[in-house]
Amino acid sequence: MVNPDIQGKRYPRTSSYLVGREKVREFAKAVMAARESQDLSFAQSKGYADLVVPPTFPVVIQEQSLTLVLSDPEAKIDFSRVVHGDQRFVYQRPIIAGDELTSELTVASVKSLGGNHMVTFETEIFDAADKLVCTAISTLVVRGE
Amino acid sequence: MPSFEELTVGDVVAQQDYKITRDSLVRYAGASGDFNTIHYRDDIAQAVGLPGVLAHGMLTMGISIQPVVSWIGDAGQVVDYGVRFTKPVVVPAHGHAALNVTATIGALDEEAKRARVDLTTTFEENTVLGKAQAWVQF
Repeated sequence: MVNPDIQGKRYPRTSSYLVGREKVREFAKAVMAARESQDLSFAQSKGYADLVVPPTFPVVIQEQSLTLVLSDPEAKIDFSRVVHGDQRFVYQRPIIAGDELTSELTVASVKSLGGNHMVTFETEIFDAADKLVCTAISTLVVRGE
Repeated sequence: MPSFEELTVGDVVAQQDYKITRDSLVRYAGASGDFNTIHYRDDIAQAVGLPGVLAHGMLTMGISIQPVVSWIGDAGQVVDYGVRFTKPVVVPAHGHAALNVTATIGALDEEAKRARVDLTTTFEENTVLGKAQAWVQF
């Protein structure tokens, strides 16, 4: 079950997340990134002030916003029935270690299909200057009873 | 760093094999904060009707872009990356699940100087991601 009325609902801005250099390295290692992507002087040789995060790193920020939805009694999403349907990240600029990020999630759509519900979330991620850095788009499939 | 002008649609630009073990799942759980128990507990995976402990979809997605990152040498040039999760990757308690990723040029946007790289990620001869596409800015 998902409450269809949450379509269009905008959740509050999350508190700021500081992207740590060692967290970037830990994440890069976990997704089996090449060693050079964890090397500071390599990043600096490309003109970056610090390490660039792996392309899927914003999932960590998205998660903070998603927690708000999953704990929202109005949304009525049963997490134990949730399967990840699709995921996309659209960047305005690379995310670099040292960035302080906040996010704001909107429920883009709630659809039902063959007894399942498909909920699409758009999470906008902003930097400390309040500029949009990345949009994370995620669809969760909530399996019917 | 490859040059945009030399790319042709259909070029295979990267190919890589990866081994996912239970250790990989624990490491990814810690790094990402996704501690869903179906990714490390056989009893719970079984209880909810899964064929076994599954890799996080986001781990498969995160790994699948790495051959592209290595090819361009800069994760910051991946400006758009999306996938659909179509099949689960079952990770055994012993041994590993073998993934193969092939990255092919799918489209070229001459005006924006961007290349679309299409990813084919296979596990046990099935593709596990659908419409896996990344746009690389040159």
